[in-house]
Amino acid sequence: MKATVIVTLKPTVLDPQGMTIHRSLASLGLTDITDVRQGKIFQIQLKTGNREHVERLAKEVLTNPVIEEYRIVWEQ
Amino acid sequence: MKFGVVIFPGSNCEHDCYYVIQSVLGKAVEYIWHQDTSVKGFDAIILPGGFAYGDYLRTGALARFSPVMTAIADYAKKGGVVFGICNGFQILTEAGLLPGALLRNVGLKYLCKFEYLRTETTDTPFTNLMTKGQLLRIPIGHGDGNFFADADTLKRIEDNGQVVFRYADANGQITPDTNPNGSLNNIAGIVNEQRNVMGMMPHPDRSSEEILGSADGKLIFESMVNALVRA
Repeated sequence: MKATVIVTLKPTVLDPQGMTIHRSLASLGLTDITDVRQGKIFQIQLKTGNREHVERLAKEVLTNPVIEEYRIVWEQ
Repeated sequence: MKFGVVIFPGSNCEHDCYYVIQSVLGKAVEYIWHQDTSVKGFDAIILPGGFAYGDYLRTGALARFSPVMTAIADYAKKGGVVFGICNGFQILTEAGLLPGALLRNVGLKYLCKFEYLRTETTDTPFTNLMTKGQLLRIPIGHGDGNFFADADTLKRIEDNGQVVFRYADANGQITPDTNPNGSLNNIAGIVNEQRNVMGMMPHPDRSSEEILGSADGKLIFESMVNALVRA
């Protein structure tokens, strides 16, 4: 079984990297894009599919709850 | 009186701290390896600057799981004096020993320059030799020093007088222009509620002798010695 953990900054937290990416888009003419937020993804392999282990990894290691939030996408 | 300086894989300011304690202050100091499980016998512990665990995942995030951090959390809970400088500050927030978090600098640049810090409280073991409002000239060297906390936490930190230093100008004025990295309320350093744990982004270890351009940082280490003598 595989899991993908997606970590993003909370909406209330400023994202200087995303803002910089967004600002640089002007020169490409991609004017429809109004916002870019940068995050991280983690691809996890599981031996037996113990979802609790992934939940704990996401919550206790991959995310700093002061500034970030996560969601998990499960695959077969 | 014995200081301890923790070494994580990737720490790079441990010798600066060791040198200040031993050669500038003339006090006993030993290194503490991050795999150690006890901090018994130390009167104060310093978490130095650097890039513990290569800053992988988030700054300070993986250092939190080093065995020594369990001992340091216990030590802090019992009132032990703990001081995190730069990466050490980041580690203390990740470990939950200090509130808030350090985000990427607003300008994205790694900043390495002198700053003026305004002393906001003298009621800590780190600032007891200063006067309120005293300016210290101390350099920063970081890419992730942008202090953030949610609105409730920030209010609590401010109301409790937990802000120790703010980035100021040479006259002690606090404005957005004197904020190098986007930190909320120009915060450069804070203490915990019990006031025995401090973290700051600027480097007093790089400014404790005039030959380095400023000896203002020495006041922080001398305050620690003063607090330990009185204790």
